[in-house]
Amino acid sequence: MTAITAPQPHALESIRRARLRRSWKNLLENWRLFSEDKIGLLGLGIIILYALLAAAHPILMNTVWSPKVYDPFIGNDPQVLENPAPPSWRHLLGTDPMGRDVLSQLMFSTRNEFVLGFLAATITVVLATSVGALAAYYGGWLDSLFMRMADLINILPFIALLVVLSAFIKMNLWVLAIVLGILSGFGGNTIIFKAQALTIKVKPYIESAKVAGGNDWHVVFYHIVPNLMPLAFLNMMFTVTGAIFAEAALSFFGLLNVRMSWGIMIYTTQAAGYMLRGLEYWYLILPAGLSITFLCTAFYLIGRALDSVVNPRLRQR
Amino acid sequence: MWKYILRRSVQIVVTLVLYLAITYFLLDAQPGDMTLQYMNPRFTETQRQALRIRLGLDRPVTERFVMWIGNMLRGELGDSFSESKPVIDIIKERAPRTVFLFLTAALTTFFVGYYLGRLLAWKRGTKSEYIITVFGAVMYSIFTPWFALLMVLLFGYTLKWFPLGKFLNPVIWRGLPLDISANLIFNRLMLTALLVALAMLAVFLLVRRFAPGHTRRILPGVACIAVILAALAWVIYPYAHLAGDILHHLVLPVLTLTLVNFSGTMLLTRTTMLETLREDYIMAARAKGLPEKTVRDRHAARNTMLPVFSNFIIGLPFIFAGGIITETVFSWPGMGLTLLQAATTNDIPLIMGTWLFIGILSLTAHLVADIAYVFIDPRIRYA
Repeated sequence: MTAITAPQPHALESIRRARLRRSWKNLLENWRLFSEDKIGLLGLGIIILYALLAAAHPILMNTVWSPKVYDPFIGNDPQVLENPAPPSWRHLLGTDPMGRDVLSQLMFSTRNEFVLGFLAATITVVLATSVGALAAYYGGWLDSLFMRMADLINILPFIALLVVLSAFIKMNLWVLAIVLGILSGFGGNTIIFKAQALTIKVKPYIESAKVAGGNDWHVVFYHIVPNLMPLAFLNMMFTVTGAIFAEAALSFFGLLNVRMSWGIMIYTTQAAGYMLRGLEYWYLILPAGLSITFLCTAFYLIGRALDSVVNPRLRQR
Repeated sequence: MWKYILRRSVQIVVTLVLYLAITYFLLDAQPGDMTLQYMNPRFTETQRQALRIRLGLDRPVTERFVMWIGNMLRGELGDSFSESKPVIDIIKERAPRTVFLFLTAALTTFFVGYYLGRLLAWKRGTKSEYIITVFGAVMYSIFTPWFALLMVLLFGYTLKWFPLGKFLNPVIWRGLPLDISANLIFNRLMLTALLVALAMLAVFLLVRRFAPGHTRRILPGVACIAVILAALAWVIYPYAHLAGDILHHLVLPVLTLTLVNFSGTMLLTRTTMLETLREDYIMAARAKGLPEKTVRDRHAARNTMLPVFSNFIIGLPFIFAGGIITETVFSWPGMGLTLLQAATTNDIPLIMGTWLFIGILSLTAHLVADIAYVFIDPRIRYA
């Protein structure tokens, strides 16, 4: 008798384990769909490569590279007399016009780009999902307020707005990430998420959650928002692309208060006049520009591949 | 239809005022004002206060904003701090250059993207689709300033096909009569383009009204005739070589902007077209035994047009943002470059003026798009 009435820990365990197994299975299935798209895998490969580069920089600085020579801001190699110097075994990508190692700068900046991209994307997604879900759930004046706001932000040229803002706010990486996150969170993304939330709102499980006694807050944040997550993940990828691009463009204009980034590297090359001296100086011209392009492309490609996972209508077959 | 346009225009005015208000208050919320920035630092506090009162800076910000709006409606935007010229003159001088660059680039972007996207959806699964998609994705996210510089390096510096920057070659323009200015030639160029476009639109409407179904046969011929006529008119004009000079300078920026922007339209066209191809009416069209080309161009592509077009219009500000970068790299003296200069010198009247221009440009684009929907999609009727 006791065996029936007493709570059975292993039964609860098995439910949890079953859930885990289910989500693992889901993950595998999604991975299968994702990996069908070779272009998406290419993007993932590029991102992993850059993540390794970013992770390797502090390790290299602490072991092989002497900080005096390889520091990305103030490094200078006494053995190199003429700067910029072409690639050699000591400096795999040469040195910039001020004698700093290009590869070290490139690797150091990579981490910043990742931090900026993910911070901006996270803020965007958190804002856009909650605002979109709230607007869809409540409708009425809240909906029209947010939608008009999204329209307003949508007509603004992003870069132009950032140029104007940077004239008055001291823009560093964190401020830029927050501004970008807020702008794209309240902008076009809200409209996308609201449209999605509207289709979720009429699903039967929302009804049953309400019947079971869930209040509005519970329904919005425990039932609607989690179901927006696939779309959110997809949109994160596109936001990362936008953030990296915006950072580089502002740095290129010299409007950003950052010590080193890919944009700054291009800015330095151009300001020192090596941009139009022909491909002889490829080690100054190509690495930073190609890195921005590759990383942006990689996130974009992953976004597209995820699109076909999230949106079944796009699948091949 | 007219009622709809009227209602949209009212909405646009409200949006514009809101948009200007936000910018104005944001700029005003920054610490310091022009008495600190552009005046002699040895001014005493009392002198500064007197100046503030004379300039009206002591009044509440809402009152100043209303005054600014009033002045704007009378066409007075104040004097630029950094250039000591009325802002309205600067805008009048430079806006046509930006509009021309922007419109040319937007048109080429749309058509290149649309045609390539159509092709891509049709060639699904082939090697060329794969290559064009990757190329498109790379161009979509390529770092624009860097790419523009590479274009200059390749076409301007190495091949020497196009000039390195600026929008005219001063050597050719020396020793001209005083009444021939760059802007005069430029405005005439714009006028020609506008007339050609209007003529084509009129012919299109007439053909659609009186001989529907023949648009595809008649329109290309009419376009050729209009372009040839315009070219003839310019050849007779004695300063045609000056116009040629400006156009020569225009090629590289437009090429860059097109290459950077076309892929957004292209990839969207592909996705939309793939969805359209699953519709029943495509199967019906094929079952009728229509040639594949007809199915593609008249059944699938026409229905793809609407979402692509609306997305393109929403993306117009981004093309303009790309225009800022392009104008900077090519030293094209338009509004984008002006905005950047105004922002770096904290020139508030010029920033507000440029900003007003950008707002009007993108809002007008939206209005034009809404009206153009009616022509693209006959199912839409504005009541």
